[in-house]
Amino acid sequence: MTEQPDTFPRLLLHQARLRPARPAFREKDLGIWKTWSWAQVADEVRILACGLAAQGFERGDRLAVIGDNRPRLYWAMMAAQALGGVPVPLYQDAVAAEMAFVLQDADIGFAVVEDQEQVDKLLEVLPQCPRLKRICFDDPRGLRHYGQAELTAFEDLQAAGRGFAQHNPDFFADELGKGRPSDVAVILYTSGTTGQPKGVSQTHAAMIQTARVLVAFDGFVEADEILCYLPMAWVGDFLYSYAQMHIAGFCLNCPESPDTVMTDLREIGPTYYFGPPRVYESILTQVMIRIEDAGWLKRRLFHAFMAVAKRVGIGILEGKPGIPLRDRLLYRLGEILVYGPLKNVLGMSRIRVAYTGGEAIGPDLFDFYRSIGINLKQLYGMTETCVTVCMHASGDVKLETVGPPMPGVEVRIADTGEVLVRSPGLMKEYHKRPDATREAIDAQGFFHTGDAGYFDSGGHLKIIDRAKDVGKLADGTLFAPKYLENKLKFFPYVKEAVCFGQGRDKVCAFINIDTAAIGNWAERRNLPYTGYADLASQPAVLDLIRECVEKANGDLAQDSTLANSQIRRFLVLHKELEADDGELTRTRKVRRRHIADKYAVLIDALYSDKTSCYVETQMRFEDGRSGTVSADLQIVEAKTFGAAAARKAA
Amino acid sequence: MTAGRKIGRPILEIDGVSLAFGGVVALQGVSFDVREHEIRAIIGPNGAGKSSMLNVINGVYHPQQGTVAFKGRRRRNVDPHEAAQQGIARTFQNIALFRGMTVLDNIMTGRNLKMKSNFLQQAVYWGAAKREELEHRAKVEAVIDFLEIQHIRKTPVGRLPYGLQKRVELARALAAEPELLLLDEPMAGMNLEEKQDMSRFVLDVNDQMGTSIVLIEHDMSVVMDLSDRVVVLDYGRKIADGTPDEVRNNRGVIDAYLGVAH
Repeated sequence: MTEQPDTFPRLLLHQARLRPARPAFREKDLGIWKTWSWAQVADEVRILACGLAAQGFERGDRLAVIGDNRPRLYWAMMAAQALGGVPVPLYQDAVAAEMAFVLQDADIGFAVVEDQEQVDKLLEVLPQCPRLKRICFDDPRGLRHYGQAELTAFEDLQAAGRGFAQHNPDFFADELGKGRPSDVAVILYTSGTTGQPKGVSQTHAAMIQTARVLVAFDGFVEADEILCYLPMAWVGDFLYSYAQMHIAGFCLNCPESPDTVMTDLREIGPTYYFGPPRVYESILTQVMIRIEDAGWLKRRLFHAFMAVAKRVGIGILEGKPGIPLRDRLLYRLGEILVYGPLKNVLGMSRIRVAYTGGEAIGPDLFDFYRSIGINLKQLYGMTETCVTVCMHASGDVKLETVGPPMPGVEVRIADTGEVLVRSPGLMKEYHKRPDATREAIDAQGFFHTGDAGYFDSGGHLKIIDRAKDVGKLADGTLFAPKYLENKLKFFPYVKEAVCFGQGRDKVCAFINIDTAAIGNWAERRNLPYTGYADLASQPAVLDLIRECVEKANGDLAQDSTLANSQIRRFLVLHKELEADDGELTRTRKVRRRHIADKYAVLIDALYSDKTSCYVETQMRFEDGRSGTVSADLQIVEAKTFGAAAARKAA
Repeated sequence: MTAGRKIGRPILEIDGVSLAFGGVVALQGVSFDVREHEIRAIIGPNGAGKSSMLNVINGVYHPQQGTVAFKGRRRRNVDPHEAAQQGIARTFQNIALFRGMTVLDNIMTGRNLKMKSNFLQQAVYWGAAKREELEHRAKVEAVIDFLEIQHIRKTPVGRLPYGLQKRVELARALAAEPELLLLDEPMAGMNLEEKQDMSRFVLDVNDQMGTSIVLIEHDMSVVMDLSDRVVVLDYGRKIADGTPDEVRNNRGVIDAYLGVAH
């Protein structure tokens, strides 16, 4: 086997030799897609690196990169790495004060930014960041009258680079030769839900090795296309766009502006796509809205064929046997009439592999894409592990799991249920935070993810909750409230759910119904109602919710680990949980402890034999007045299945 | 704000213009000038004659008395299309776009006067006509980029919200590469954020393209922030002329706005 290039700059030159004329970057500018070949990119990066060197950039220096996905910003990262420096991409929508923290923490001396907006933010925090010496901007608009000595236009940096390269013709090659795979390739700041963000230092070796595994896993080649629209500061963009292009030699396409992503998607037709669940959700919502606005023929066709897709689409995608010929033919027809045109409009006609991750995806959403033939899969990982912990392989996809561990990745489940990971993609350290590093990586080299999960019978990892939120029932079996709540919330009729069971003998739940969805449902059945509280107390609605809960119980019973978490008793709350009443956080997360205190009476009733409970609650109205609402709440028993029955018998 | 911008000699001189429709006097002996690279605001209460003034400048109305000199060429009666050829473009108080056409096509109409190929050449779309269209399209794309409306390039104008339609209208005016841009209430009916965006675009146009701008606007904070000099009209007469500060403290202006017995 020939020697494989082991740093990103060497990979860049390798690609430029291997496929000089193939496109490496595309960007839509002034309405036209412009292409740069690998050879051109290698040259641009050389010039840029020389320009930075002329400004005094040295080995180990750090370069902040801030802006939307632009070829020039990617080149700036490449140039910094070529010089033995470390690029630090920042979230472009962060406010100045947040940027100041990262600029100080990472000792940043140089920055390459997109436009005036970012320049303004950096200039604002300049007094707090004395190390920041040079700011290079790509788009000069609005910056003509800025006289600050720190500022350089991108073109001027290139000019300086050309001059420098002429006088030091061997400089670039020499610098490249000095790079080692154990050098830090990038520092990525994790958003950090608590406290200040932490910088994750990843080496060339870790990123490259991970990218090689990924490229082999899905068989990416130079002909693949990817649209990079997710923030450059996010590990996913660095890994899926930047690192993988270096290995597979495919082309990165940069959208014209963040607002044009949908149009650009259609024009490029990527073969490889990544998005968090919310992106898939907003695409689907748009489709549904537009279909409802379409003429009756289109609407009928759409719904008829989507029903076919729902029935057999996923089976056909996965190549399952036993699908009747009639359905196969119908699906084929649907592909011509509905799915094909739909995928075309969404820019998804050519997608070979699509991923989602980061949070749980709803079953309807997941199945929709898979049923129209888009190979949507899930993955699991975090910045600290170069993402890549578990992934679905094509043909082995389950909604509930994130797939089996990737080649080379060891996954262990601690006694607490926490997922531990050891892999070649593990971070070197948290930048300047030896304490946090020691806390996260144990003596055996396992990274503590903070997530709780377990392996199912097929060897797939199932992530259920944050480890700190996971508890145990009285009999010692696992209790993961958020997992149960999410399961309930995937039903359109359930808006919020709060599950209880920590240290108890069974799981009970509070439920908030979704007024819009249930209101609609009630109208179709000619059930009159006045508002939330009225709907919530109607027997027909309670029956509907009971069916949802029992369906969830049926699912839970399939899973031996969670079978005991089936929901035995529940009630539908008489008021909606509100952030104003302290029941939800401002980001609409359930504040479980507060709710448990506030509604202690109801919880006691759930865990007794009572069939109803009277409750009176203070609430604040939108105009600031407060009042009380009271209701006599019915407690509903839900059927449980299988494993639970077995336990009772034992 | 005006750091690197050089305000030059007068590009437009209005001298003693009077305009009447039958017995209704719209303008009475109004004189003022607009200098190169300047942002000049015209303000005044409703019916003061502001829009009439713009219509005189770009030749829609022909004044009974007085003259308008653009780039040193004095003239009394000029047609709108001659004015456009000389380098005057405008937007309208009540948006005047082709609602069924896309944003791109609407802006392309702004290039109409610059198109040299004839109807037949364009019909076959070959040779010179094709080359020309590509050049025009490139100019239009530069404007689209400048006003950040890439995402609606192919959207029919009728489907756009009001604020964006205003921006498209500005784009069409800019596509004509004017030396003098007349904006008739560019921010009417906009919310605060849209106003801020539009203000930035007006300043950028003035700064980067060096276009002189005559602006009618009711929002005083916008006028005071944007303009170099302000003309105040009331009942067709000029009652004040000067920098925003001078105008703000002018007794006659305060009276006109707060209302006194005439």
